[in-house]
Amino acid sequence: MIPAPPASAPVIEVRDLRTHLVTRWGAIKAVDGVSFSVAEGETLGLVGESGSGKSMTCLSLVRLTPRPASRIVGGSVLLDGDELTTRTEAEMQRIRGRKIAMILQDPMSSLNPVFSVGMQVREPLTMYHGLRGATLTERATALLASVRIPSPAARLRAFPYQLSGGMRQRVVGAMAIAAPPRLLIADEPTTSLDLTIQAQYLSLLEELQDRHRLAMIFITHNLGIVSRICDRVAVMYAGRIVESGPVRRIFTAPAHPYTQALLESIPRLGTRIDHLTAIEGQPPDLARLPSGCSFAPRCARVMDRCRVEAPPEFAAGPGQVSRCWLWAPAGG
Amino acid sequence: MSPAGPLLEASGLVKHFPVWRGLMGRSTAVVRAVDSISFTIQAGTTLGLVGESGCGKTTTSKMVLGLERPTAGTIRFEGADVATLEGAARRRYRQSVQAVFQDPYASLDPRMRVGTIIAEPLVINERRGAAERRRRVQELLDLVALPARSADLYPHEFSGGQRQRIAIARALALCPRLVVLDEPVSALDVSIRAQILNLLRDIQKRLGVAYLFIAHDLAAVAHMSHTIAVMYLGKIVESGAAAEVALAPQHPYTRALFAAALPIDLDRPREEITLAGEVPSPLAPPDGCRFHPRCPQAMSRCATEEPRLQVVGGRLVACHLFD
Repeated sequence: MIPAPPASAPVIEVRDLRTHLVTRWGAIKAVDGVSFSVAEGETLGLVGESGSGKSMTCLSLVRLTPRPASRIVGGSVLLDGDELTTRTEAEMQRIRGRKIAMILQDPMSSLNPVFSVGMQVREPLTMYHGLRGATLTERATALLASVRIPSPAARLRAFPYQLSGGMRQRVVGAMAIAAPPRLLIADEPTTSLDLTIQAQYLSLLEELQDRHRLAMIFITHNLGIVSRICDRVAVMYAGRIVESGPVRRIFTAPAHPYTQALLESIPRLGTRIDHLTAIEGQPPDLARLPSGCSFAPRCARVMDRCRVEAPPEFAAGPGQVSRCWLWAPAGG
Repeated sequence: MSPAGPLLEASGLVKHFPVWRGLMGRSTAVVRAVDSISFTIQAGTTLGLVGESGCGKTTTSKMVLGLERPTAGTIRFEGADVATLEGAARRRYRQSVQAVFQDPYASLDPRMRVGTIIAEPLVINERRGAAERRRRVQELLDLVALPARSADLYPHEFSGGQRQRIAIARALALCPRLVVLDEPVSALDVSIRAQILNLLRDIQKRLGVAYLFIAHDLAAVAHMSHTIAVMYLGKIVESGAAAEVALAPQHPYTRALFAAALPIDLDRPREEITLAGEVPSPLAPPDGCRFHPRCPQAMSRCATEEPRLQVVGGRLVACHLFD
């Protein structure tokens, strides 16, 4: 089921995606039946704790999950209507970067420390557009200028270690939009940045998205960032999307007890309370998930049914769905 | 020792790190990590220290912990100048000031049982029998709400939040008066952070311990602190009661910082301030006000004249706008 069908045809449509990891503790369902879609110019926030499956979901889209442990065992991924799961490795190589680009958390591991910024920014331009010579340098300079790097022509000769964290992440951003791609996956892109630099980078991402009409998936555990830049939100817990909907609904009328508890547990500026409402228990161990709803052991509103039967998606509001028995229609 | 005075009082605290270059080991420059800051911590209260990386928060906390010697300035603890303490008095100071660090995966020895980890400060500092130590370990485990059998387990058998509880128990073993909390919840899962923040506040209420709380998460700092000091490039630019600094920041930097903190309340009016540029190098901090190259309200005198901390609306602000 796809939450809130967007007005235009979706750029990316994921249906019932399942990625398992084979470990010595048995098969771990890292991504367990995830469905969503993102339209042009739209930002989907993928929220959840570490191990909830956010990154594995996105790595599955571009088939970069760790080998040989992981296996995409089911589901479909449609990019502009094209099925990606059946593509060959060579075909995927032409899609990565060109159609689906990624920005990861740590820019130092995305950039090669022994090549100049110029070489790394020119590489995608040569590959995607066949540019060379003066035109190539001109385009590379323009690309750095478009991510608002001061004196871009001089920066082409710099090496990554000579740039600050914020500047490095801008270079990564420049490479990501070189094509420009249809879908941009940003996996915690501002986590390693300072607050005021984070604010600059979020504005930049919005600007780039507007200019190129990018569909964007923004992975984060920071709900403040979600409220700032996302249109829709999908909350993940133990490999599943437990709730999804428009950002305003998720923040003002969260439907799933996990989302509710998460929002309540975060200290807010301006409301002085003595005690935060903490979520009891520990994050789930994916190798030993309970039967029924994965959140049941920590849920404040758990019922007998939750411990036996995993809930399907129920409608919880306009464009909002929740995997929780509380939303089961009466008599169902 | 004056019971009415502050627990800890830092005045004119400076820490410069020389940069050594070449074989001859000549000092060619100094990093002005902390440049003349003053603050006080009252017994049983929390001082929140906020600012971006490189602003001097951690250097400040190291000086408080006695891990770095200040280049200039004094730290007074219960009225006594810490630099002059010797022998038993110095040991007592070190016992009174403890720390909990960010990453409980790095701060606990994986080869020691939890009971041994928590008892280590007791073994080193107190001449108690084994039975008495075991009793104290049980008390501490109970205080941080871990089951009694945890003492016999190893750190890897615990989740991140539980490990941080172990680190807290160890820090409290010697009944300190002040605990430095350096990013105590940043490495933890979002759903676990509230548990640890609640625990720290409960412990403060029960034991009357004071905290020096350092964190990036401004909402968490505001929640935990009684007073907040905002640092920028080695200077305190604003300090005062937590609620006032967090809700009505005055210094342009504090305002930008709290605007960037992205509150999750959608309907709260949000001040949009995006600062240009980046934090300059502490090797060559700008003249005048250190914030002036990025300040949206900079005036000509800001480039030449360093603003002093002055009282503005019940708190201290270092900015020429309020002259």
